[in-house]
Amino acid sequence: MSASTSAANELLLDRRTFVRVSATLAGGLMVSLHLDLPLLAQEANQAGSGSKVYPPNAFVEIRADGKIVIQVNRLEFGQGIQTALPMLLAEEMDADWSQVIAELAPAADVYKDPIYALQMVGSSLSIANSFQQYRELGARTRAVLVAAAAQRWKVSPELCRTEAGVVHGPGGQAARYAELAEAAAKQAVPATVSLKDPSAFRLVGRRVRRLDSRSKGDGSLRFGLDLDLPGMKTAVVARPPVFGAGVKGFDDNGARRISGVHDVFEIPLIRGSGVAVVADRFWTAKQARDRLAIDWDLATVERADTARLLTRYRDLARMPGKVATSRGDKKKIDSFPASDRIVAEYDFPYLAHTPMEPLNTTVRFDGDRAEAWAGSQFQTTDQAAIAEVLGLKPEQVTFHTMMAGGGFGRRATLDSHVAREAATIAKRFRGTPVKLVWSREDDVQGGYYRPMHVHRVEIGVGPDGMPLAWRHVIVGQSITAGTAFESLEVKDGVDSTAVEGTIDTRYDIPNFHVSAHHPTVNVPVLWWRSVGHGHSAFVMETLVDELATRAQADPIAYRRKLLKADAKRLRAALDLMDEKSAAWRTTLPPGHAAGIACHEGFGTTVACAVDVSIAGGRPRIHRVTVAVDLGVAVNPLGVESQFQAGVAFGLSQLMAKGAITLKDGRVEQRNFDGYTPPYMVDAPLAVDVHIVPSGEAPSGCGEPPVPVISPAVVNALTRLTGRRYRSLPLVTV
Amino acid sequence: MGLGRTLQAASLALIACGAWAGSSSPDSAREAVGHVSAAPDSAAGLAAWQQVYSVLTSPRCINCHTATGYPQQGDDRHRHFANVVRGPDGKGVPALQCVTCHQESNADSTGVPGGRGWHLAPLSMKWQDTSDNVLSSGDVCRAITDRSKNHGLDGPALVKHHEEEPLVRWAFQPGHRIDGTPRTLPPLTHDDFVAATRTWVDAGMPCPLGR
Amino acid sequence: MASFRLIVNGQPKVVAVDPATPLLWVLREELKMTGTKYGCGIAACGACTVHLDGIATRSCVVPISLVAARPILTIEAMAEDPVGRVVQDAWVEHDVVQCGYCQSGQIMSTVALLKAMPQPADSDIEESMGGNLCRCATYVRIRAAIRSASQQLEEHKRR
Repeated sequence: MSASTSAANELLLDRRTFVRVSATLAGGLMVSLHLDLPLLAQEANQAGSGSKVYPPNAFVEIRADGKIVIQVNRLEFGQGIQTALPMLLAEEMDADWSQVIAELAPAADVYKDPIYALQMVGSSLSIANSFQQYRELGARTRAVLVAAAAQRWKVSPELCRTEAGVVHGPGGQAARYAELAEAAAKQAVPATVSLKDPSAFRLVGRRVRRLDSRSKGDGSLRFGLDLDLPGMKTAVVARPPVFGAGVKGFDDNGARRISGVHDVFEIPLIRGSGVAVVADRFWTAKQARDRLAIDWDLATVERADTARLLTRYRDLARMPGKVATSRGDKKKIDSFPASDRIVAEYDFPYLAHTPMEPLNTTVRFDGDRAEAWAGSQFQTTDQAAIAEVLGLKPEQVTFHTMMAGGGFGRRATLDSHVAREAATIAKRFRGTPVKLVWSREDDVQGGYYRPMHVHRVEIGVGPDGMPLAWRHVIVGQSITAGTAFESLEVKDGVDSTAVEGTIDTRYDIPNFHVSAHHPTVNVPVLWWRSVGHGHSAFVMETLVDELATRAQADPIAYRRKLLKADAKRLRAALDLMDEKSAAWRTTLPPGHAAGIACHEGFGTTVACAVDVSIAGGRPRIHRVTVAVDLGVAVNPLGVESQFQAGVAFGLSQLMAKGAITLKDGRVEQRNFDGYTPPYMVDAPLAVDVHIVPSGEAPSGCGEPPVPVISPAVVNALTRLTGRRYRSLPLVTV
Repeated sequence: MGLGRTLQAASLALIACGAWAGSSSPDSAREAVGHVSAAPDSAAGLAAWQQVYSVLTSPRCINCHTATGYPQQGDDRHRHFANVVRGPDGKGVPALQCVTCHQESNADSTGVPGGRGWHLAPLSMKWQDTSDNVLSSGDVCRAITDRSKNHGLDGPALVKHHEEEPLVRWAFQPGHRIDGTPRTLPPLTHDDFVAATRTWVDAGMPCPLGR
Repeated sequence: MASFRLIVNGQPKVVAVDPATPLLWVLREELKMTGTKYGCGIAACGACTVHLDGIATRSCVVPISLVAARPILTIEAMAEDPVGRVVQDAWVEHDVVQCGYCQSGQIMSTVALLKAMPQPADSDIEESMGGNLCRCATYVRIRAAIRSASQQLEEHKRR
């Protein structure tokens, strides 16, 4: 990366970004990334004041006591990047890993994703997009430490080497990083750095235990919901029972009589309005809210209804939609007689994310500035939204990233609706921190679901059992229409998040045509871990399995034949899965069947085999063998963990009570009793994970485990029962 | 009538006598000496039994008299959430006992019913089959009067059980659901349920033949 | 509003709250002990699990008025508990946590299981842990950690 130096300890990386090393007051070293020259200008004006202003947007701090504090630019919500990203930096820096402390960075421009220009975690791209970034930060930090040592010892830097937090000189000299920190701060940041050859990795590629285990196991780690500040109030909001409705009037006499209630007032929501209750305690607020009598104006809002939507979607699926991809002859399918044609219709319900930690955001408004705390997947977006509500500039809002209890996409909202609610309420209580909490019921009933979908697929099957024509219509709400991501994701009227997994298939299918309809429905929608791949992989992999059975072919052999020759990474995963599961697949006890699925998404290829029987009317998954090609596996232990748990998460789609349904505008489920994610008994008994060795640039593993598991299990069930399962969730088997 | 039936009839008669004697008050005993007290006849007893049966098989009772390894909940008697199981003694399993959630009285603020010693009735007192179908009136009656299955309860003991057992009493004060609505009551009040039990016991605990 | 005397992790505490307040919120909001978590409020997930008189109890559904003098143990006490410490060490050893939000409850349930049944079979583990929800679904590693902790406890006994 070409760069130039504008000041001694700064390196201008590009037009707007520069790296700076500086000393901390405590005698440590700080390496920062800065955007925007005005900041530099401010500091230049303060040069004569005698003390430096150290901006909060630092990446690495070497403390005098030897601890190395690394800022993680994205939310940690279980996926393990709070360990993996620091590993990259620590590797290139040759830090002593035992001294590393990882912190979640606050909202700031410098922490934005290098490619997407917002601070984010999503699309499983944390490692992919920050791989180079964190490595270079580590390498530059190392460089200034070496330069400081070389200067002290009057030797050439090339003759020095580093290991575990120590610089070693050619004559046996040695200095710990902490000792060198102050001198390092005065060194010129190098224009170019060379990164290690992967063969030299000491940390990256090792199974490294995550840094947050102890504090998450002893109750000491505070999540957003655990925040406690002096004078803090807690707020809950009564939201309309039908999305988008507003308050006509309300009676709060019963609510206000409860001791500890401070105020009750109407607030605008993104659409419609609700009633906020502010109290000393969550329990008090919730009790008070239950005593509100609210008259909702339901007259003008559309009442979404699952049964009616299903009919509407099925009708739409029979009509061509906006073209998502088309190769070959889209009418070819019509030439196939019924005997050589498969026609399959699939339906998928709304899914709620329900991360374990209920949604929350805390805001304190001080008039000319504000402070906010949240486990947000989109920190700069939320920060800007809070600023807008409070009439401030984003940089006037200090936004702290809290550790989050799961997310799965729920905390990545482009409308920042939770942050906006919190700010709207906090605005009325100047100087008082207000923690807005969504109860579990609010969460289950509050929308922002993975959209409902219908797929209709027609396949023309050739004499050799291979597909010769494939016409595929997908119906589902657009997640990104009307959001900041629309220009990125919507092309020619098709939202790519609805058709991913089909249009990008690695199967070599001629006369392949995919089109989509995006109906407008009064239900707010959002991602849900793996987004479009979650339903599209189910369709693709169950249909390919059906084709294999029809051709009397082994499901793995059939896929090998159908995959494009150049689908190297998917083939590699398939081959590895085959190798690692062949022994048990061929020796299954009676009542068991094997199911296969493979899929590529988020740059990562995955193949799995499952061993399934039926017990108590439910699928019992005895074993999953999963193989993955994700390029360089930064932390193989983290990858293993993500896949072992991710496949169990994926089974959410099959749970008997795994659907959000609406009746006449109202969500029918209320809590985990009605919308039930997988418990231990629903999860596989054993999952063995195998990583394809690779030196390629890394891709992610947060979402890739999810799409393959449901079709694999269902493919096994079909072998056991002879039935096809095209309507999720699996209410009966 | 075969030998078996004769013995059965004889034992019913013995139970009936014992029950009758047991349920007599001093006043009725004085009556018995000089008068023929109107012990309920078989028809009245069967009618009383139907009333008792209607309570036993109402959700507040039958949800814990399951044939399966789990309790039920709700008026629709669906399987209890969170995978709670019967356990070896009907009290759940370590870390997931009945008392993990159910305390000694109703917790209306959180919608969890409670009574002293919350637990499942033993499998011998199941009033449904493993497919959750409610057993017939005759089957339940025979089960409830089978002393080898009902923990040795005779007629008077059955009345006492219906009158005093905390979990039986709970069914008639079952508390409120989380949404604030009161749980559906059994078809009789507790007093009427005890009275019907008494009438049935006094009649010799007749069971409907067949179903 | 009423005053309640509690024994929490061996310490006497006094709180003044509405008697209907669940123990969970008394712990979190009166005593500022946030290790015990709110996941659902209806005892469906187990994140709120504490030990009440030695019994694993879902504190989100137990009104403070029903607690009385029964001693309460929370996750904060597990590091000093002989079984709790072994379980927490196994959790770290096996890299169990992901988001971690459910894990206080998972550990409290596990400790209750192992105290009642030090050598649980796999089916015992599944039954006893069957009501603890982990949305990240780390169940495979939870099972492994429980087996490991059980083994450790067995080895401690032999020494």
